[in-house]
Amino acid sequence: MTDLSIDLGFLKLKNPVIAASGTFGYGMELAPHIDLNRLGGIVTKGLYFNPRPGNPPPRLVEASMGLINAIGLPGIGVKRFSEEILPQLREYDTAVIVNVCGESEDEYLSVIDFLNQKQGISAYELNISCPNVKKGGLCPALDPEATFSVVSLVKKKSSLPVITKLSPNVTDIEEIALSAQKAGSDGISLVNTFLAMGVDVETRKPKLANLFGGLSGPAIKPIALRMVFQVASRVKIPIIGLGGIFSGQDALEFMVAGAKAIEVGTANLVDPEATLKIIQELEEYCQRKGIEKIEEIVGTLEC
Amino acid sequence: MSPPEILEKYMNKKRSQLTSLLSEATRILYEAYIRFDYYQNGQKMSKFLLPKGNVSGIFVREISQDMIKDSQALITQTENWKDYYLLSLKSPLIASQAKPGQFIMVRINPQPFPLLRRPFSIHSRDGENIEIFFQKIGIGTILLAQKQVHDSLDILGPLGKGFRIDSNFKGKTVFLVGGGRGIAPLNFLAQELTALGAVVKIFYGAQNISDLCLKDKFDQVGYELFYSTEDGTLGFKGLVSDLLTEKLQDHIPEFLYSCGPEEMMKKIAQIARDKEIPAEFSLEAIMGCGFGICWSCVRRIRKDGQETWIKICEEGPVFFREEIVW
Repeated sequence: MTDLSIDLGFLKLKNPVIAASGTFGYGMELAPHIDLNRLGGIVTKGLYFNPRPGNPPPRLVEASMGLINAIGLPGIGVKRFSEEILPQLREYDTAVIVNVCGESEDEYLSVIDFLNQKQGISAYELNISCPNVKKGGLCPALDPEATFSVVSLVKKKSSLPVITKLSPNVTDIEEIALSAQKAGSDGISLVNTFLAMGVDVETRKPKLANLFGGLSGPAIKPIALRMVFQVASRVKIPIIGLGGIFSGQDALEFMVAGAKAIEVGTANLVDPEATLKIIQELEEYCQRKGIEKIEEIVGTLEC
Repeated sequence: MSPPEILEKYMNKKRSQLTSLLSEATRILYEAYIRFDYYQNGQKMSKFLLPKGNVSGIFVREISQDMIKDSQALITQTENWKDYYLLSLKSPLIASQAKPGQFIMVRINPQPFPLLRRPFSIHSRDGENIEIFFQKIGIGTILLAQKQVHDSLDILGPLGKGFRIDSNFKGKTVFLVGGGRGIAPLNFLAQELTALGAVVKIFYGAQNISDLCLKDKFDQVGYELFYSTEDGTLGFKGLVSDLLTEKLQDHIPEFLYSCGPEEMMKKIAQIARDKEIPAEFSLEAIMGCGFGICWSCVRRIRKDGQETWIKICEEGPVFFREEIVW
């Protein structure tokens, strides 16, 4: 029996497979179909303080081996989440990671302040790719100083570990990762989606009502992998890798490149059992290779 | 376990029992609110009203829990006419639970191209088999059209909330109005309504005769049929909505169901409103997942007097006319 457990230092996972934010609802939606207890963890859909409607449709368009989404982070807000979802979610033996959003630094802090008092959350994943309405829609993730500022404020307020989720839409991902580390982030997850668009040539209109959206899926995997490798080579805090992971082999590539754990996103939309399939494939790999503890393979790329 | 932990566990169990009880009660409430019976000139009449209160969320969650993943749905039969295809899939569990108006999500390729599943209304049920009827319009349907008998497909279903079928429809006339490939869910509905004893009249419109490819099949079943083509190659020359207007002069149905292009349904909705015919529409949308996770397939819907973005996959694809913002 292979030991699939992972110790992130601030959080122990039963296995490295975590459901990614925005592709698994608030966690309970798939409970009738898959055993949540088998997952390493679940990252909830992004939570702002108040409920939000999201963008007008079309919100999604398929690309080659990928999808571009501009859902616009609709959601139920922290109050309904805490009252209706969290009491059910904490009954499961899996790490519950809440993805925290904000239109301003103050909103991130209000969300954290509200959730700090609730039981059943293992960590926060800070979504710093939200447009800041006070700064002309600029996301903190695109700027090292803005990243440092929001992460350090959140760290001061938070009673739980904080994982900062990075955007790949930057010139120097290492610089942003170092800022997050300097600000006290306990871990880093990367990558969020790549800024993209689609054009309908019949109507000569954008395929998304929002014009731009985020590209995810197998199409982005090689770039995500490169970024995870770069960041893992520079920072000391643990890294959670994501971007187009559809199989156990994809997950292993990220781990060998330096990710201690991985998140599965777009694959959940195609196959609600994707996470379970990946866990099984990791186990089979370890058995085939005679690996007793999967943590051994993290960051073992020979180059 | 310490006493407080035992107590906590017990309370949680009670809470979950309560939740399921509440959900059942809400479902009954939902049904009750939708239908409103009254008497006019000594005759029992029915009107369909919108549900009151925020109840539909719970009702719908119950339905989506019926989702079954069948990774080995065998193609048992195929038929095609020009760009239109009919696939018969053997999927006993999904077939046994399917209701008219519900849909399945089909994974075209186990490899990630095309990446996303595609939604298809359930066109018919025959024992352990379900049928889907589709038009070749993009990469997903082009690849699906190449599938052969004995190939198998990975499907999820039945998904969504189906058409509302009232047992009181026995002996009553209902109109089914379909445009082009929008006829897909109406066939299954016609089967169930006929079995119930309703008098089914189908309006089937398209651009020309070659788009009305299911004509021969329908003629054999013996439904009362009204065809329309825009170029006049078959039946009424013009739009199916104009044909409907003409036929409404003779008879006002108990209920009207429709599925087709947006512009067509908008016209039908207008007619249903003017003639005060209760009506349901099956809407189409680009879907990411089909089971409520990705929040892509939203549509402006009126709920509790407010317009909000509602997921078509979960709370639809069928909505009452009054709910839809055109």
